[in-house]
Amino acid sequence: MSLTSTVTGNARIVTVNAKRIDAAMAIQFKEDMRAETEQGPDRVILDLSSVAFIDSSGLGAIVAAMKQLDEHRQLDLAGLTPMVEKVFRLTRMDTVFNLFASLEDAEAAILG
Amino acid sequence: MSFCATELEARQAIARASEWLRASGLCQIRADEVEIALAEAINNVVEHAYSGPEMGSIRLLCSLRATHLDIRICDTGVPLPQNRLPPGLAADVNVPRADLPEGGFGWFLIRQLTSDIRYDRCGLINHLSLRFAFS
Repeated sequence: MSLTSTVTGNARIVTVNAKRIDAAMAIQFKEDMRAETEQGPDRVILDLSSVAFIDSSGLGAIVAAMKQLDEHRQLDLAGLTPMVEKVFRLTRMDTVFNLFASLEDAEAAILG
Repeated sequence: MSFCATELEARQAIARASEWLRASGLCQIRADEVEIALAEAINNVVEHAYSGPEMGSIRLLCSLRATHLDIRICDTGVPLPQNRLPPGLAADVNVPRADLPEGGFGWFLIRQLTSDIRYDRCGLINHLSLRFAFS
């Protein structure tokens, strides 16, 4: 399993335990995200701090993971490494998700 | 280098080429950009040029100079539609959540990150050349 998760406060925190989210693991990632987020708080924080590389298939899998949540739930992203952040910025997906520099920042944020 | 057109072999080849570029002195930011574009180009070959059941192979050549990096990717899969490079327009993300795109970013990323792209179909071989100029 490439993901582990815990519930703290009002959020489920899903940690990616892989260096790459790429075409070879995109489908598995989406399925694992569904399993990890099926139940729990409305807010899900995806901790990407271990991920050094993402391609467009991986990006698509993160978008799909958000879309498979119920409409009132949200997926926030934390700990983006420079390379991962670049892919989000270039595709303008940085305007779709809340991005936080670290998991601590994401947990501390009060969201309206 | 040559490798089989599977997702797992593609992953290894992309990582190996990127490691070589970093070891050859390419700075981290440029190496990241090259890795993104290279991955999209190779994944396209795996997914589209060799979408049939038969196993294909991909040849990758990197040539690093003082002023630029040239990457050439060759395969014997089906040609690009109309023998042309796709336009690679930006996907519209200003849409309701349910309509957000889950793909179609590949050629856009390649075009954003390269200074020049060329595609030639020679006989049964696709040649894709990517140039990254260093300023």
